[in-house]
Amino acid sequence: MFNQLFGNIWLVTLASGAVIMGFLTVNALFLVWLERKLSARFQRRLGPTEVGFAGTLQTLADAVKLLGKQLITPRNADKPLYHLAPVIVFMPVVVGVSLFPIDRQLMFVDLNVGLVLVFAFAGIGFIGIFMAGWGSNNKYALLGAMRAVAQNIAYEIPLILSALSVTLLARSMKLSAIVEAQSTLPYLLFQPLGAAIYLIGAVAETNRAPFDIPEAESELVAGFHSEYSGMRFAVFFLAEYSNMAIVSMVATTLFLGGYHGPWLPGYVWFFIKVYGLISLMMWFRWTFPRLRFDQLMSFAWTVLVPLSLANLMGTAVVLKVFRR
Amino acid sequence: MPTRAKAGAVSERQHSKLGDAPLPETYHLNMGPQHPSMHGVLRLVLHLDGERILDVDPVIGYAHRAHEKMAEHRNYLMFLPNTSRVDYLSGMIYNLAYCQAVEKMLEIEVPERAEYIRVICSELNRISSHLLWFGTFLLDIGGITPFLYAFDDREQILEILDRVTGSRLTYCYGRFGGLTEDVDTTFLDQTRAFVKRLRERLPEYHALVTGNVIFRGRCEGVGVIDQHVALAYGVTGPCLRAAGIAFDVRRAEPYGIYDRFEFDIPTEQSGDALARYKVRVAEIEQSLRIIEQAVAQIPDGPIMPDKPKKRFKPAAGELYFAVESARGQFGIYIVSDGSEIPFRIKLRTPSFSNLAAMPAVLPQTTIADTIAIVGSIDVVIPEIDR
Repeated sequence: MFNQLFGNIWLVTLASGAVIMGFLTVNALFLVWLERKLSARFQRRLGPTEVGFAGTLQTLADAVKLLGKQLITPRNADKPLYHLAPVIVFMPVVVGVSLFPIDRQLMFVDLNVGLVLVFAFAGIGFIGIFMAGWGSNNKYALLGAMRAVAQNIAYEIPLILSALSVTLLARSMKLSAIVEAQSTLPYLLFQPLGAAIYLIGAVAETNRAPFDIPEAESELVAGFHSEYSGMRFAVFFLAEYSNMAIVSMVATTLFLGGYHGPWLPGYVWFFIKVYGLISLMMWFRWTFPRLRFDQLMSFAWTVLVPLSLANLMGTAVVLKVFRR
Repeated sequence: MPTRAKAGAVSERQHSKLGDAPLPETYHLNMGPQHPSMHGVLRLVLHLDGERILDVDPVIGYAHRAHEKMAEHRNYLMFLPNTSRVDYLSGMIYNLAYCQAVEKMLEIEVPERAEYIRVICSELNRISSHLLWFGTFLLDIGGITPFLYAFDDREQILEILDRVTGSRLTYCYGRFGGLTEDVDTTFLDQTRAFVKRLRERLPEYHALVTGNVIFRGRCEGVGVIDQHVALAYGVTGPCLRAAGIAFDVRRAEPYGIYDRFEFDIPTEQSGDALARYKVRVAEIEQSLRIIEQAVAQIPDGPIMPDKPKKRFKPAAGELYFAVESARGQFGIYIVSDGSEIPFRIKLRTPSFSNLAAMPAVLPQTTIADTIAIVGSIDVVIPEIDR
């Protein structure tokens, strides 16, 4: 009896892991293609057109090329950190994806602290980035890593505070419960400020323009991953695009009502919202110039943190007064 | 280190912004010559305290090709193709400037039509240079899309000039006394169409870039080259005009037929990166005005003198001739010993002086500002190294 159950859990875990890895890979391939296509359209170009229909297989071809590339380790690198960093950056993403309710009956794990876990694992990714920057033994990489850590600390606070306001509304940190609470109206309508703060923080959290300061290529060459080549570089890329998906999934779950929506099945709504948000983030990237590091930090500490605190307090007071 | 100068012009705002207490550990960062946004092969040795710059040494010479030395070993005509390779972004202006200098030395008359074509081509070249600067400057501060917009427009200029000169970048269009080829009505039509097109596009640029909060935040008060520093280092061109000094060689010492056209000299007072941006964008509009007038007034006639000279042997003597390139005052100093080969040609290139002011401007800024400031002064490294 016990043995059978144990075996089943392992099988289920393995199958889930395979599904998530498959999803993340396809997601990254698709997002790279989408980004190239969207940026091309923003810039009056065509983007990839040659490989596959409308260039859809271009990123696959690029991935195969990256697989074949030599893995170079700098001579003076801190080898354990250098080798471990891409893994540390990528693994939390896998856990993160498994936590979201994709449809009413479709989620890998339903934990009552799901929201906390998502942010906790997002934080681990930055340790990997710092390891990459430190282990590379390159000044540009180290500068990028320094910026990444400072930026992460600064932007996780408003991010979590705005998420907390939602938990006050939903009275739960269970992601499925938060989504169920939005079956009539999405929390975007009750928490417009929180949603805006979350969106800004999410773009910063994923190191994307206009907050792509840790890897600002015109300043720091490629920032923390300057010294990585081949598949190791690809893993950083995979993590970046997967992180985009995760922060968009969080936003969808917290503010846009998750899988709720008329006519279409729930999982379709979920992915429409997620990829809509990702497209919005891409739009930001190809429109805005980059902030300067000190501007970014002062924006976080003097604008976003007080605003999100006020939002949290306001939500708490309003709920205390008006809710039975 | 030769070009070290102490910071005199650090504004209080920048100083207090990053705090005054230095950390005990400082380090050097070698930026360039291979770096994605060091234009060409500039190398900056930055002495850093965290992200704050304590001191900077621009190191030049990585694109040295000995153009001036080459001039001493070939006759006047053979130096013509070298000129546009000194500053490959305003090659037409450089090429024609050298022609004008030699013409002045030999007292060669240039036909009216050739003068007009020279003005049109020079101004088109200036616009293409400013457009390229616009794109790369935005790239430097992280905006990628404007670059492709600017290149779309710049491509039109390259095509217009390619059709008459045969080159896209390193033109050799001028000859002593005129030009290699005459232009036709298609050229004039294309130029008119381009003026119209760019006038429609400029509001788009302003909408995308000029009003952007992030862009203004990155440029306002950044890299202030005030009048004092500008004059002390011989800064010219848009950088000087952004500091409030309305000096433009086209107006101050008119050459060619520039005295016949109506145009303003845009100036700004603040001397920061935003002022330099505004001046350059306004200059694009002024160049369009000049082109419009020149296209309307261009007469018929020859483009070379009736009896072109075959041998060029200026009398012994010397001559300095300056024009306004896209980056500032470009001067040619020719010393002749009376032979067919110049005794010495010295080129006074604007980027050299403009870059020289950097050690006075960069300290106490951040790495991100460095990129924005060096980008905003619009350096062309081969023009510095020559």
